[in-house]
Amino acid sequence: MTSNDSANVSFGQTFAAGIWNENPVLRLLLGMCPTLAVTAAVKPALTMGLSVIFVLVCSNIVVSLMRNLLKPHLRILMFTLTISTFVTIADLFLKAFAPDMSETLGPYVPLIIVNCIIICRAEACASKNTLAVSIVDALGMGAGFTITLCVLAGIRELLATGKVFEIQVMPGAFVPWAAMGMPVGAFITLGLLLGAVNLITKKNS
Amino acid sequence: MDTLQILLMGFISVVIVNNLVFTKFLGICPYLGVSGRIDMAFGMGCAVTFVVTLSGTLTWLIDHLILMPRGLEVTRYVCFILVIAGAVQLVEMYIRKFFPALYDSFGIFLPLITTNCAILGLCLFVNLWGIDNLLEAVVLSVGAGIGFTLAICIMAGIRENLNLADVPDCLKGAPITLITAGLLTLAFMGFAGMIR
Repeated sequence: MTSNDSANVSFGQTFAAGIWNENPVLRLLLGMCPTLAVTAAVKPALTMGLSVIFVLVCSNIVVSLMRNLLKPHLRILMFTLTISTFVTIADLFLKAFAPDMSETLGPYVPLIIVNCIIICRAEACASKNTLAVSIVDALGMGAGFTITLCVLAGIRELLATGKVFEIQVMPGAFVPWAAMGMPVGAFITLGLLLGAVNLITKKNS
Repeated sequence: MDTLQILLMGFISVVIVNNLVFTKFLGICPYLGVSGRIDMAFGMGCAVTFVVTLSGTLTWLIDHLILMPRGLEVTRYVCFILVIAGAVQLVEMYIRKFFPALYDSFGIFLPLITTNCAILGLCLFVNLWGIDNLLEAVVLSVGAGIGFTLAICIMAGIRENLNLADVPDCLKGAPITLITAGLLTLAFMGFAGMIR
């Protein structure tokens, strides 16, 4: 997505790139903090993913609309201000309509402000492309992020409690691995997941 | 408990027991990115410590003296991020002027301190824990910075030796670093329950 000529790039390709080829977590290693912190269970992971999609789409729209007005040395500041405004909206929304979730996620909702994915897409895509491309890019990246989070959370929740999405799936004899619900589980699962992705990429090429 | 004891407990707690990197997953990006060499890791740790101390103190002051009395808590995140961006700009100018070699080796990671979760995270945690004493806020900020430096230096020390190890191909780079971090976390979990 370096070219300014966006007409040649199909929307489908842009969207798909976010999910696999340029998956923000697995390929670009962006946004690691929320990836590790909120993936103890699927529900908070999904909430986090949706909040990130909302912020990403909104900030990409605004940045794309004002891309011709941006001064180079002030642009990071403008990005962070835009992002923090939308994060405040998302935070207040969660507090009002999903207070339990808001409590579980705690400071990780405001920490979306410093999520590298959003600032990276503003810089690499929205500040150079038209509105439509920026929105599709945001949706693709957001979807890639959400899917990765849910996969990671699914594995961890399954092994730590024997449930997925709070529904029992493991047989009664299964002994839960408590460590998977703790920070250790987050680091090691993500490490092994990255290793698996590398392996698949190598097999395909 | 008298004040000194509270401060000391808070400090040890935030450096070791509630280390931001190991228990709160904050500051993972530079933790993975700059932990290749121990001197760079230490430089990064010092820069982060400075920024976090400055911004932790300033955001506490802004929060308690300006935002809370006037009911402007809605603008909290915007204010916090502005303070942090300003502090980082200051550090960047200072390092470029006095340590040009260090400046070059940091590259993109220096301006990225702005988006280092550990800093905004600490400011938010100070707010969340309901710290209503300036001294305590300052001590916690310094502690968070030192905790980050400790974590990144231990990691850099391990990674320097990891270069000589025979790691499976697909795990080279980030994956093995994450797994190492996981084992380190396990070690630090031994401190859990020591305080608070």
